[in-house]
Amino acid sequence: MLETSFCGLKMQNPLILASGVLGVNKNNLLRAEHGGAGALTIKSISLEPREGHKNPITAVFECGMLNAVGYSNPGLKEAMKEFADLSEFSVPIIGSITAGNAEEFASLAKEFEKLSFSALELPLSCPHTPGFGLLAGQGTPEATKAITEAVRKETRKPLIVKISPSIPNIAEIAIAAEKAGADAINCGNTLGPGMIIDINSGKPVLHFKVGGVSGPAIRPIIVRCVFDLYQSVKIPIIGLGGVMNGRDAIEMLQAGASAVGVGTAIHYDGPEVFGKISKEMEAWIKAHKYKSVQELVGIAHK
Amino acid sequence: MPTSDYPVSYPIKKIVSETPSIKTFYLDSEISSSPGQFVMVWIPGFDEKPFALTKNGKEIAITAKKRGAFTEKLFSLKEGSLLGIRGPYGKGFEFKGAKKACIVAGGIGMAAVILLAEEMAKKKIKIDFVQACRCKEEVLFEKRIGKIAKLHVATDDGSCGVKGNACTVLEKLLKEKKFDCVYCCGPEPMMVSVLALCNKFKAPAQFAVERYMKCAHGICGNCSLDEHLCCKDGPVFAREQLGKSKEFGKTHYEKSGKKTVI
Ligand SMILES: Cc1cc2nc3c(=O)[nH]c(=O)nc-3n(C[C@H](O)[C@H](O)[C@H](O)COP(=O)(O)OP(=O)(O)OC[C@H]3O[C@@H](n4cnc5c(N)ncnc54)[C@H](O)[C@@H]3O)c2cc1C
Ligand SMILES: Cc1cc2nc3c(=O)[nH]c(=O)nc-3n(C[C@H](O)[C@H](O)[C@H](O)COP(=O)(O)O)c2cc1C
Ligand code: FES
Repeated sequence: MLETSFCGLKMQNPLILASGVLGVNKNNLLRAEHGGAGALTIKSISLEPREGHKNPITAVFECGMLNAVGYSNPGLKEAMKEFADLSEFSVPIIGSITAGNAEEFASLAKEFEKLSFSALELPLSCPHTPGFGLLAGQGTPEATKAITEAVRKETRKPLIVKISPSIPNIAEIAIAAEKAGADAINCGNTLGPGMIIDINSGKPVLHFKVGGVSGPAIRPIIVRCVFDLYQSVKIPIIGLGGVMNGRDAIEMLQAGASAVGVGTAIHYDGPEVFGKISKEMEAWIKAHKYKSVQELVGIAHK
Repeated sequence: MPTSDYPVSYPIKKIVSETPSIKTFYLDSEISSSPGQFVMVWIPGFDEKPFALTKNGKEIAITAKKRGAFTEKLFSLKEGSLLGIRGPYGKGFEFKGAKKACIVAGGIGMAAVILLAEEMAKKKIKIDFVQACRCKEEVLFEKRIGKIAKLHVATDDGSCGVKGNACTVLEKLLKEKKFDCVYCCGPEPMMVSVLALCNKFKAPAQFAVERYMKCAHGICGNCSLDEHLCCKDGPVFAREQLGKSKEFGKTHYEKSGKKTVI
């Protein structure tokens, strides 16, 4: 009932592990697979190894989470070793790469073409890492076009462009990606950035001071973005942001998403959250006499 | 629904020099945790690292050994300086139903088991406590342990107790006695040897394992030990779990996530 296919990826359910939540190595990707995820995205990989920002890199507040991890990752060379063999996985795995400009993106994509990832995702939307994403000016239609075109030349894998919900003209960005050859849009990255201050010391809690907001706090904004994008682009959309349960996942589908990303929910319910959400979705779908998830996509537009 | 989870800072109330390289920092904050769990300690605006609580309840304390940048900065703080705390995190030791226990600690691994000893003593559990350290000056919490357990010290240079390592003492104890459980925390090579000994004597055992921690709440994935997340599923693991591990004693993940041989 939950089986679906997204950009040619066969999935047992529409739930995708979000990039950067677990996913730094095969161990924790396996954990998310065993937790019931329909597909997995790896932590974004850059050309060089990065330690990321100092701690604290996360701060959980009443309605979600702030993070400023700063793209810590072992770099391309180590990633090529870690992900050389993906045969132990039975769900599709999406590679994610991050870079400062189109040339670097293209050279990463070229290397990743040698690995057996099922798709490739380009986050052009991180709000808290100097030299990358929004802080490198990648949140414009022009940059989106340049980077997507450059990567498109290097990869035959389905190409997903991940955009920022913080950008008012989000549809323009998605259209630029679609025209440049993207096969899907991921909407989206964290919102903000935001800040939390420890009032006793008067210091921001995150070491980078500001961080992207995720979790329940951003869900209504993501749902609105997905709703808008569904009317603006023809390529399929991943709805990602604040999905905690079956109801939230169905809401994303109804707004127009064909697949649903899950990240911060793992903080509350562990990697087993995928199984929990799937069960809740199935129960709702049965109770409402639908037969498949595909029927739900875009219902809110009718 | 969700609660918040970020550091809140408190003034340091008291600093005690325990040994030439180890200090205890007391804070006026209340946290109830179970032995083996840990907290994240934040030097506001500087960095944040994992530590065990060595006092728990109406006042809390952490005990740190000077190693690198973070602990150097920590050691430069004065009474009244602010330290942020969040937690507790992870799963602690299990000692329900135990009557006779052996605790084995190496170096600053002591910090993770001192509250365990005190909690077990409250439950009238008989404890043999093996402490291994470099030399006489580095023996930690001698008085606190003396009150509640039989202390066996092993030093590298023989300046206190037996000359040798923790396993020298533990092997002798395992030959003489049967323990309901052996509890261990120390450098990973030492824990590997203790695990082997416990396997040989078929003694149930639990180990507090260190991995590089960042978020401490099961999100970043840096603290992997096989499919386990050390910050959530650990840091305490049972002998059987570690026996099956492909990574214990062999590999861990650095701050960048790079897999490295221990
Ligand atoms: C669950 C847990 C409990 C701990 N409890 C204590 C304790 O009670 N007392 C104590 O003195 N130490 C404890 N440690 C170790 C303590 O976190 C490190 O000693 C401290 O981070 C060293 O930092 P540094 O900058 O001074 O030294 P560095 O030179 O940065 O590091 C020295 C060593 O500490 C390890 N380390 C550094 N940062 C981290 C990190 N974020 N997570 C895990 N390991 C790290 C490194 O692998 C290295 O081997 C604990 C570690 C863990 C994982
Ligand atoms: C700790 C953390 C790290 C993240 N790292 C990345 C990353 O490396 N690449 C990326 O594209 N998105 C990253 N994200 C963003 C998530 O993939 C996701 O877009 C966002 O968290 C919203 O979804 P959620 O509310 O379900 O978490 C990260 C998010 C968090 C919380
Ligand atoms: S420290 Fe982040 S998952 Fe354990």
